Amino acid sequence: MARAAVLGRLTWRLGTVLELVDETPRARSIVLEVPEWPGHRAGQHVDVRLTAEDGYQAQRSYSIASAPEDDELVLTVERLEDGEVSSYLVDELRPGDSLELRGPVGGFFVWEAALGGPLLLVAGGSGVAPFRSIVRHHLAVDSDVRLRLLYSARTLDDVLYRDELDRLAASHDVDIRLTLTREWPDEWSGYRGRIDGALLAEVAWPTDARPLAYVCGPTAFVETAASALVDLGHDPGRIRTERFGPTGGPS
Amino acid sequence: MSFVSRGFRGRRRDHADPARVPPGQYVTSDFPVLSAGPTPHTALERWDFSIRGEVDEPRRWTWEELQSLPAETVTVDIHCVTKWSKLDTVWTGVSVDTLLEEVETSAEFVVAFSDGGYTTNVPLEDVTGGKAWVAYAYDDEPLDPEHGGPARLLVPHLYFWKSAKWVRGLELRDDDEPGFWEGYGYHNYGDPWREQRYWGD
Repeated sequence: MARAAVLGRLTWRLGTVLELVDETPRARSIVLEVPEWPGHRAGQHVDVRLTAEDGYQAQRSYSIASAPEDDELVLTVERLEDGEVSSYLVDELRPGDSLELRGPVGGFFVWEAALGGPLLLVAGGSGVAPFRSIVRHHLAVDSDVRLRLLYSARTLDDVLYRDELDRLAASHDVDIRLTLTREWPDEWSGYRGRIDGALLAEVAWPTDARPLAYVCGPTAFVETAASALVDLGHDPGRIRTERFGPTGGPS
Repeated sequence: MSFVSRGFRGRRRDHADPARVPPGQYVTSDFPVLSAGPTPHTALERWDFSIRGEVDEPRRWTWEELQSLPAETVTVDIHCVTKWSKLDTVWTGVSVDTLLEEVETSAEFVVAFSDGGYTTNVPLEDVTGGKAWVAYAYDDEPLDPEHGGPARLLVPHLYFWKSAKWVRGLELRDDDEPGFWEGYGYHNYGDPWREQRYWGD
């Protein structure tokens, strides 16, 4: 297992919100300028810390949605029901505000050209955020690694980065497959229904190509998709997962 | 601290005793999952638990043998580095003290190893003296694979990545070898009360 280079202390930094992009009714992207940002690798995340006037603080982790090559740092946040931090970030934060963060964090759920492929990215819901970083990085370094993104969203309105993904799909630079699980337009030409073994059997690269797979989304989604890949004969050692969300079910 | 997030009031409605919630954590009633790869499924008849490394002789227990060892049920608070804490969780398993009872060692460190290749390191003194268990039941039910079943290490006083899921044994060592997340920038020791999340914390 590769060891990360020795890192310095992860210090808290104040970023400035340059822009807020409504991605869906429940999610938006926060475009940040972070002075002395040390750089990141595609797939890493940051910790965000909010501080109230009385000193009360709350921290959460968010995937970085921008590529290492991008000028600004982008986080995409989905409002969780009763989410203390996500509701502030989605509903309250304005351009010009400062946002305290530290990172980058996490060195396993990353992709860089040296890791090769072919690359299979499997996203559920807002789990597509780190894949925006990986796809943009893949394009920025002009990688010839074959890349396929399979992205599951509830409806077309829930699809994050829809314009960007449409553009990319049309350019044929990367292979993007969408599946909608709840409802779809009449003329919908993508997949319908949840990601399962049958869909992965159709979309995943053949096992003898030894693809490198990344799966990100809510826990139940990741369990299903990662287990299905293993059942199809993919090497568990080449499947990297990131699970998130208020999930796991009540204890 | 001088920085204030404009417009942030915070919920602070946790009914939990603040003395039980480490800095930067929030209390959840869910049981979120953090794993780096697919959930492994090892059949119990092929499962065993070993103690190896700097020991007088290696030890090994089958699943049945582990079940026959004295079990303890403990109620503990757990703290994940991804910021959630869960209070009063109830686990059943075998104390690491019991497993080490007959073992002679000069080791000062332990690397727990798991199905799927996961490892994590802890000082030996952090898994002895009633501080750690090999847990196979949660809330009186067999431990769910998602949460580390059939058995996971339980070291509740450290961040929960130290409580290795799908644990298959302990390697006792004279030197301190960073485990999986520790090699990726997470703190070598991981004390939630000192907020030791990452290197340098």
